[in-house]
Amino acid sequence: MSDVVLYDVQGPKARRRVLLYSVGAVVVLLLLIALAARRLAENGQFEADLYRPFVDEPQLYERLGVGLRNTLKAAGYGLVLAVLLGVVLAFGRLSRLWLFRLPAVGVIEFFRATPLLLLILFFFLAFPLAFGTRLEPLTALVLGLTLYNGAVIAEIIRAGILSLPGGQSEAAMAIGLRRGQTLRLVLLPQAVRIMLPSLVSQLVVLLKDTSLGFIIGFEELLRIGGQVVQVLDNPIQLYVVIALIYIAINLSLGRLASWIESRQRRTLGTALPAEQPEGGLGKV
Amino acid sequence: MDAVLDNLDVFVDGFTTTLTLTMLAAVGALVLGTLIAAMRVCPAPPLRWAGAGYVNAVRNTPLTVVFFLAVFGLPKVGVSTTFFRFAVVALTVYTAAFVAEAVRSGINSVASGQAEASRSVGMTFNQTLTLVVLPQAFRNIVPPLASVFIALLKNTSIASAFAVADATQNMQGLINANGSAVIWILTATALGYVALALGAAFLFGLLERSLTAAR
Repeated sequence: MSDVVLYDVQGPKARRRVLLYSVGAVVVLLLLIALAARRLAENGQFEADLYRPFVDEPQLYERLGVGLRNTLKAAGYGLVLAVLLGVVLAFGRLSRLWLFRLPAVGVIEFFRATPLLLLILFFFLAFPLAFGTRLEPLTALVLGLTLYNGAVIAEIIRAGILSLPGGQSEAAMAIGLRRGQTLRLVLLPQAVRIMLPSLVSQLVVLLKDTSLGFIIGFEELLRIGGQVVQVLDNPIQLYVVIALIYIAINLSLGRLASWIESRQRRTLGTALPAEQPEGGLGKV
Repeated sequence: MDAVLDNLDVFVDGFTTTLTLTMLAAVGALVLGTLIAAMRVCPAPPLRWAGAGYVNAVRNTPLTVVFFLAVFGLPKVGVSTTFFRFAVVALTVYTAAFVAEAVRSGINSVASGQAEASRSVGMTFNQTLTLVVLPQAFRNIVPPLASVFIALLKNTSIASAFAVADATQNMQGLINANGSAVIWILTATALGYVALALGAAFLFGLLERSLTAAR
């Protein structure tokens, strides 16, 4: 077991006791579920009318499909733009010129500490008033997601680059590459491999955050769900289904992240430095 | 600029609500999250599964969906209360999953000799966990807990969409009343959040320094 073992290998007596506790725990959990179920039943939440649309209403799935597509669209655009912004910001923060470094640090720290909703509202409310052009809800959402996740991804990229052995940038300099070339041609491609798991985990965050689009009227999964609930009046059932859709997608992404991680551990083996806090560019 | 200075009390009111929301949900999430983390490391398998199920389900659900379930779902089973309390419930339930993960990683970071030593002096699982491992774990997890709570602070802004008069909702009210000063009002609110986040980071830094044991 990888976890710290907080209890001994169990002998016959301990096994009996654990079994007893386990049975007790199951009883308590079942009791809680039963209480919740009774509450739901008393309030008529098990009536077939609330569930029938899931079976005999193809339109319901059409609507949810539209919402899901919009959710994935926003997440896709957001991811691509955020990675681009992240690379730019990370290079800026790693730059030796304070003219590039300071603004990058400021931008990263500001957008990481601001609520994403505020950024989305900025593009949706303030942008039209300040510049006289309305932005589509999708554009406002994607731009907000880009700024926030770009700042976070910049830090992921920076950590990836800093974790490379110092010999990489030294070797690049020794063959006469300029610093920009070193970053672009030598360090970034290697860092991408290391940071891929964190990047996929950030994608889960990004995907979840697209649901903020409902506030500005973007028809993603949750907003469509809200419209459907107004007709069917089954919020518990429908929002649980929506939650399950998100959970299914995000669990697969999480699976993907840990698969990549275990694959890397196998293929890169000892080539991956364990911890090199002052290696790489830190010294330069 | 004037729109900001003239309405300073609206900002203060909003951020007071934001902070209250954050504090209440933080305490709730700390208690619930620690309990779930304890479930995940205990010897009884059903409790471990229940804890893991909770964390996996909640971590992969958007906070907004948790809000929708609380605000529109709970009244359907006869629970009705203020939007503020619904917001506290939603934020607590959501943040607890992240606290649980942080606490569990802290438990794993405590040297295994500690648990072995406490077992060898005859402590039970509960004693090992509460008297030896958790106190050391909490020292190690101040930085990850700090980021969980700062994320919570930012997440409270979602409550503004559910009729809670927090900083973000007050901001929208001000924007509707003073359309021309929209940039100032937004910037002031954003800076308010940044200041609170930096302040929290600073306090957690102090806490970390005072708790870290010399090894």
